[in-house]
Amino acid sequence: MLLPPLAGAALNGIFGRRFSNGLVSAIGCGASGLAAVFAIAAAVSSHLGPDTAPFVHSYFTWIQAGAFHSDFAVYYDRLTLVMTCTVTVIAFLIHLYSRGYMEHEGGYYRFFCYLNLFLFMMLMLVTGASYPVMFVGWEGVGLCSYLLIGFYFPKKSASDAGKKAFIVTRIGDAGFTVGVALLFWTFGTVNFPELFPKVAGLGLGDHEYTLTIACLLLFLGAVGKSAQLPLYVWLPDAMEGPTPVSALIHAATMVTAGVYMVARSNVLFVHAPRALETVSAVGCLTAFFAATIALCQNDLKRMLAYSTISQLGYMFVGCGAAVFATGIFHLMTHACFKALLFLGAGSVMHAMSGQLDMRYMGGLRHKMPTTYWTFLVATLAISGVPGFAGFFSKDEILAGAYQGPLGAPWLYWLATLTAGLTAFYMFRGLFLTFCGKSRVDPELEHHVHESSSKMTIPLMVLAVFSILAGWVSLPKALGGGEAFDHYLEPVFGRSESLLASVSSAAPHQANELLLMAISLAFAGFGILIAYWFYLRSPELPERLAASFSDLYRTLVNKYWVDEFYNWLVVRPLYETSNKVLWQDVDTGVIDGAVNGSAEATAEIGQALRRMQSGEIRNYAAWVLLGAVAWVGYLLWR
Amino acid sequence: MIPLSHVLVLSLILFTLGVAGFVIRRNVITVFMCIELMLNAVNLAFIAFARHLPDLDGQIFVIFVIVVAAAEAAVGLAIIVALYRNRDSLAIDDVDSMKL
Repeated sequence: MLLPPLAGAALNGIFGRRFSNGLVSAIGCGASGLAAVFAIAAAVSSHLGPDTAPFVHSYFTWIQAGAFHSDFAVYYDRLTLVMTCTVTVIAFLIHLYSRGYMEHEGGYYRFFCYLNLFLFMMLMLVTGASYPVMFVGWEGVGLCSYLLIGFYFPKKSASDAGKKAFIVTRIGDAGFTVGVALLFWTFGTVNFPELFPKVAGLGLGDHEYTLTIACLLLFLGAVGKSAQLPLYVWLPDAMEGPTPVSALIHAATMVTAGVYMVARSNVLFVHAPRALETVSAVGCLTAFFAATIALCQNDLKRMLAYSTISQLGYMFVGCGAAVFATGIFHLMTHACFKALLFLGAGSVMHAMSGQLDMRYMGGLRHKMPTTYWTFLVATLAISGVPGFAGFFSKDEILAGAYQGPLGAPWLYWLATLTAGLTAFYMFRGLFLTFCGKSRVDPELEHHVHESSSKMTIPLMVLAVFSILAGWVSLPKALGGGEAFDHYLEPVFGRSESLLASVSSAAPHQANELLLMAISLAFAGFGILIAYWFYLRSPELPERLAASFSDLYRTLVNKYWVDEFYNWLVVRPLYETSNKVLWQDVDTGVIDGAVNGSAEATAEIGQALRRMQSGEIRNYAAWVLLGAVAWVGYLLWR
Repeated sequence: MIPLSHVLVLSLILFTLGVAGFVIRRNVITVFMCIELMLNAVNLAFIAFARHLPDLDGQIFVIFVIVVAAAEAAVGLAIIVALYRNRDSLAIDDVDSMKL
């Protein structure tokens, strides 16, 4: 499963320049397609029963240093299975889509090479059997995202965005590494098959202090990778990359690595309830915060980026409330509909010759029916309209936030409010883009066209997924069996029941149907307001923006967080580099040392050159003197 | 049978003559001949020891020295010829263009 993408990346990377575009895309799509086939075949053929241990296979010893031992090994259980299937299938569809999307762009082979490399790294991340192996994948996807965000590197903003993504996630990665080191220090191993039983064997409260710190550090890594508060700033800028990249990396797969990591470490996290509470609090705040920013974004892709951040927040709420399976469930459904949304946005962008400002769109429904319908499906899914994927997973998270082992009412209400906001801004985007009167520049107007079938077919497939993915796991309240939860029970069951058995406060019992109805009401309300604002009376939002101008400005400027970080971190760093490090340390100390040694050499040379008179008899005298001295030394010794 | 010491003294005299000529004389060819003289003085000492000890290693060394000296003479004389063509002089003090 791992090999085809790597081979594809290598082939395209090394020989791609000489291949025709058709061959390059065939290699790229073929590699990801093969990976998807293998992933599904593995899923079908492995009968991982509820009691069977995870399948672990070690290929070779990777690092062996003292007590530290890490094999290059895969760890395959039901969680891995879900992740690999989601990742490879979505990636395959996006590869197919890119064939059409990247047709007119330069660097075709480079693009497919990076995509395949990314897929390989992501698979390594989810199949790795120890934290170090996971970390290789973790850094690998970071590298690929840097390469892909900065794909249009001649553009300054694109290369800046790439660097920003790389550096901001690095902060989180530092936490990750320290956390892993702490785990090794405490438990003497970082391999899942040894570490997890060891921790599971602990009583509650043992090592709680250490574990809390380790988990918080791991979570810091997840915060960086999955773009949560306060390290979310890179994700919106990451929209500088080509749209399929946004869909693949920044929506469907890479950013979910953090969620996966928290879910994978569930055994550790349940022993550190404080850390879990932090996870859900951060997730919930991020969800709300990002949703409010998304309300006022005019750039279609940026709006989607903020909605991604918000949805990732939901996943963390799910994990933090110790309903891990639900978090992963939302991860899966979100991957489907968010990939669809981004690819739809890419299709619009393609048609509009790169125009992404929603204020200059409108009325595209008639010109791009396929894109419109698929986008509508995804919007319904993300808004949580019953029957679509997002409804089931989001409602389960909300229910978990309310009555899960670590749930709390405030989590529930904030998350539900966010659901309403989500519905509002998503429909705002939909209405502005596809409905109403056309505000398109007449110059562009006649260029607008439906994308080729290369791009629309993946859209349709993803739309089908976005509808169906939710039906995998019907909630109990609707007569379903929560099949997904049961499926992942071997992975999470122990952790969830452990917490449920000891949590002091009795879980808040509530009627799940009632919770569902409340969130539905919020979502419906959001959609109605969007309809009212942007279709019925389009002048209303402007009046509203005028009367609450301060609030509006704050939201449009994204709470000035970028500016604040700039002021807090970037400027001082720049100043110190410029003033102290460059002008004092570099020119003073380092250059001083280098120039000083050069000058010393020159001085000695000046002194010695007097010997080189160029007169042969002088040299002869020196030779004689040397010989006499040598003989004298031998005799005298 | 000539005693070892006689031969060594002869060798020493020849070597000293060579060194003196090497340092004092101005003509390049003379200097060159002085170098040959020193080499052959050493050869003589080698032969004397080889005969005295009796050990063939000394004679082998001599053969090597003669080979090297022949090669050196070929190169050296070629340089001297080139030098003379360029400068119309064989005085060693005129060859000082190597200094800074």
